Amino acid sequence: MEKLRITLGAVSRPLESLKVKTGDWGAEYPVVIEENCKACGDCVVYCPDLCIELVETGEVDEKGRKKKVAKVNYDYCKGCGTCSVVCRHEAIKMEIKELYKG
Amino acid sequence: MKLFGSGHGACPGCGLPIAVKSVLEGTGPCFVANATGCLEIISSQYGKSAWGVPYIHSVFENSAAVAAGIEAALKALGRKDEGPVVVFAGDGATADIGIGCLSGMFDRGHDVLYVCLDNEAYQNTGNQQSGLTPPGSNTTTTPAGKVLPGKVKPKKDMVSIALAHKARYVATASVAFPRDITRKAKRALEFEGPKYLQIHSVCVTGWGIAGKQAIPVARLAVETALYPLVEYEDGQLVRVRKIKDRKPVEEYLKPQRRFRHLFKHPKGKEVIAELQRIADENAKKYGLDE
Ligand SMILES: Cc1ncc(C[n+]2csc(CCOP(=O)(O)OP(=O)(O)O)c2C)c(N)n1
Ligand code: SF4
Ligand code: SF4
Ligand SMILES: [Mg+2]
Repeated sequence: MEKLRITLGAVSRPLESLKVKTGDWGAEYPVVIEENCKACGDCVVYCPDLCIELVETGEVDEKGRKKKVAKVNYDYCKGCGTCSVVCRHEAIKMEIKELYKG
Repeated sequence: MKLFGSGHGACPGCGLPIAVKSVLEGTGPCFVANATGCLEIISSQYGKSAWGVPYIHSVFENSAAVAAGIEAALKALGRKDEGPVVVFAGDGATADIGIGCLSGMFDRGHDVLYVCLDNEAYQNTGNQQSGLTPPGSNTTTTPAGKVLPGKVKPKKDMVSIALAHKARYVATASVAFPRDITRKAKRALEFEGPKYLQIHSVCVTGWGIAGKQAIPVARLAVETALYPLVEYEDGQLVRVRKIKDRKPVEEYLKPQRRFRHLFKHPKGKEVIAELQRIADENAKKYGLDE
């Protein structure tokens, strides 16, 4: 059967929210301490703004596996601190933005 | 392509996006019907949609009916293989204004996964009580003061209501455990017919906590047994999340502004005792203590 196509009212395109940069919302920002990061991915599953990924460092570990670390996309991070709180390896600490210091 | 993306407008630390992305991780590409509420407002403004899946918002009370219609259409067109139908609706939309449509969807046996995002009040309009607001909570319609110690009645038992409709899979989850949400969403889809998943979701503004307290507070709701995580399949209780060293309810209440008055209100002690009684009862009913 031919596919139905009905377009009534307002139709949005997928993921248009990506053009809304929410990175300037917060007063704090997370810093990943790479040597502590075990790439467990906890911060990734919790981040409400979907702005942390595990990325390859380019190095390999003792067992020959490609090393990964958490990387924050500051375009969208709202500085909520969730990643820092859920990290079990003390690999993410929150810092105050320059603008809000003093 | 991501199924839900960055750039949405949720408050920093909000539980809703955690719940949504964890459900979508389990369901994969699907058709989403969303009730009016915070999730709709933060994710579907024209030209700013955060969705990477087909998404429809109609009104506040009818998302179960809209989903039922989508499911019936997919069936009639022979397109059921294109993905499951999923509802996201708030606690107000689910337990109060949309409960008629939800009951109808259950009753007609539609193959729909209904997800209730339970942030325990009408949060998008600024924290009014719903049927799922817990006792003692200070909301704008149950203001703590001379007359009331916050909300008086208990949370509506939506799990029992779903079970009474013979929903095939009925479970609770929490944003404190995103991987558990994903597993439950996936498991739910193994059942053909209506499914109900209720997710405890922190509202930083309504509950009066900082973003970084969101997950620890959500965890305490589970660890005190105030929010038991349970799973029913075809009416049978099959799994619960056990609790090691159950904590007193005060530990959950104290950090939240919505419960702060309980520690000085003349009726506060009574309400806290009632909440502890509810937690004890949950622990006993579901065998939560390890
Ligand atoms: C028929 C109708 N009544 C009232 C409203 C106003 N309204 C919009 S969102 C909302 C609160 C939604 O609460 P809930 O379902 O719990 O979702 P939340 O925003 O808390 O996630 C209300 C009352 C409306 N949009 N339509
Ligand atoms: S601070 Fe919040 S928004 Fe930013 S990366 Fe961490 S969890 Fe995500
Ligand atoms: S008001 Fe509450 S539920 Fe709504 S976006 Fe903010 S934190 Fe989330
Ligand atoms: Mg709500």
